[in-house]
Amino acid sequence: MNQRSRALLAAVLLPVISVIAGFVVAGLAVALSGSDPWQSFYALFQGAFINPRALPETLIATTPYIFLGLGVALGFRAGLFNIGAEGQFYIGALFGVFIGYNLHGLPAIVHILLALLAGILGGFLWAAVPGILKARFGAHEVITTIMLNYVAFALVNFLINNGPMVDKASSAPRTPYIDPAAQLPILASGTRLHAGLLLALLAIPVIWFLLDRTTIGFRIRTVGFSPTAARAAGISVAWTLLATMGISGGLAGIAGADEVLGVSHYMPPSFSTGYGFDAIAVALLARSNPWAILPAAFLFGALSSGSRFMQFQTQVSADVISVVQATVIMFIAAPVLFQWIFRLRRAPAPAIKIASETEGAAL
Amino acid sequence: MNEATPLTLAALGGVVSERSGVVNIALEGMMLMSAFTGYVVAFQTHNLWLGVLAGVLTGVLIASLHAALSISLMVDQIVSGFVINILALGITGVFFKGFLQEASVAGPGVLPTWQIPLLSKIPVIGPILFIHQPITYAMLLAIVLIQFLLFYTVWGLRTRAVGEHPLAADTVGINVYAVRYVAVILSGGLAGLGGAYFSLQQIGQFLPNMTGGRGFIALAAMIFGKWKPLGAFYACLLFAGAEALSGRIQITGVHIPFQFLGMLPYLLTIIVVAGAMGRAVAPAADGKPYRKA
Repeated sequence: MNQRSRALLAAVLLPVISVIAGFVVAGLAVALSGSDPWQSFYALFQGAFINPRALPETLIATTPYIFLGLGVALGFRAGLFNIGAEGQFYIGALFGVFIGYNLHGLPAIVHILLALLAGILGGFLWAAVPGILKARFGAHEVITTIMLNYVAFALVNFLINNGPMVDKASSAPRTPYIDPAAQLPILASGTRLHAGLLLALLAIPVIWFLLDRTTIGFRIRTVGFSPTAARAAGISVAWTLLATMGISGGLAGIAGADEVLGVSHYMPPSFSTGYGFDAIAVALLARSNPWAILPAAFLFGALSSGSRFMQFQTQVSADVISVVQATVIMFIAAPVLFQWIFRLRRAPAPAIKIASETEGAAL
Repeated sequence: MNEATPLTLAALGGVVSERSGVVNIALEGMMLMSAFTGYVVAFQTHNLWLGVLAGVLTGVLIASLHAALSISLMVDQIVSGFVINILALGITGVFFKGFLQEASVAGPGVLPTWQIPLLSKIPVIGPILFIHQPITYAMLLAIVLIQFLLFYTVWGLRTRAVGEHPLAADTVGINVYAVRYVAVILSGGLAGLGGAYFSLQQIGQFLPNMTGGRGFIALAAMIFGKWKPLGAFYACLLFAGAEALSGRIQITGVHIPFQFLGMLPYLLTIIVVAGAMGRAVAPAADGKPYRKA
């Protein structure tokens, strides 16, 4: 086997074995908590693929994971750890729903585009804050994005619970419904599967092209590889970081808007079930490769939709998928662990390097 | 003071760990796991003290995992911390549903309040300082202890040296890995005690995700307090005050949206990290794995 095919094999094998290990560990946890892991995982599988409407629901859940995973992965490539995807997702949804319910009488295509653009803008702005703080003051993005998540939750909570965006006609705290023209079209009748999936699928080659075939992509990768080298080569590190953070946030923002326009059609205060955090796992599993985001996002979409059925069917909490995720990332991020367990001569692939070389970090 | 107890303990854990150069965003997960095991042990043994002990040990155990991943296996420290946080959420969620949901009718109760004789009778400061439950006293003790250990002992000097310049520390014969392991594990013990606060001192029950992001507020307090134990404590008092105040506003219905006060700790932290109000300088080697040549 030559070097290239061996590397490819490792790139496929490592994630697959990691996922299997994830299920083994999660299965142990389920067994210890007094349930049958086989039965539970079968229910998970049923809920993700077999039941009527299971597959569309899985694809619906896959959609935000693709956008968000791409965003986080893009950050990784520049050495940025965007833990703020969740907050950017919220703000994107907020902007999207605002356009969605305030404008009326527009043609659907215009309305949808406006709302999606608003979502991108929201995520972009929210991510630009840590971007500027990082580029200008060296404030570590991990801290600022975590903090901004909470600020975003509080802001959304205020606006939708007791602020100006409450739907006064509703007893539950939520925004008004968006205009029908702003709803994303349904792809298959009888399901909730919406056109957002196509947008997400489109985003993959776009981000790949951006990263691999454009100047900005080259800058992003260079800064991620070594900020010092990038600076020596005349690349503005500050601008690159800011741009990366902004695009990353924009992707999270469109995910939020897409979720509002495609699935819920309004926005409740507790909008997400942690999509933005799961996205970090998606990006890690995909090793920040835009193409690999697709299978990774699909896996997480399946876990997410399947776990709901599992929780309903068996007495096992949907939280069990967090155990799967944690184990998967542990394996992916620690090739040494992998090597040690399987007694390989050499680590199958280099460790993921994140933000360890970014300068002026004040964490 | 009560609200500040778990925050301070976790923040102290953060201080110790980061002074040795290991970023610990796993504080949240450590607290949650400890709150859970503390409760389970107290429930099974009908002994709250064993519960507290179990909480601390759980913190230590999880910290060992964080240490092994980030120090020995060279996993990115933030990834490792992130993994631990979701692992804690998953495991406590699964076991809560498996065991506790039905069982939690009659819990083991909460730790008693101790009045220190005489001292608690001092007007004004008496009730503030000397009528508390045990974990709060432990927290006050821990502040003094960590401050002393970090800045007035050889161990503290070594820990700080490793956090600032591990290569130099290694050159003069300090075992960088050992120092970091000790610091991270101590950090876990502190966070574990903080976790036990939630289930055993505050409400006498375990609820899913009951720590609700306080590990991250503690992280913020640590930065706000410039990586110093006392500073972190003051920051925790401030943040806890903001939280208590926002709760009170919600009740009285004053027309300030309470959510804005809730944002305060986070906004203050962002401002501090950005370098306003006196630049907060992290230990120089914070977050960087050390690979022995």
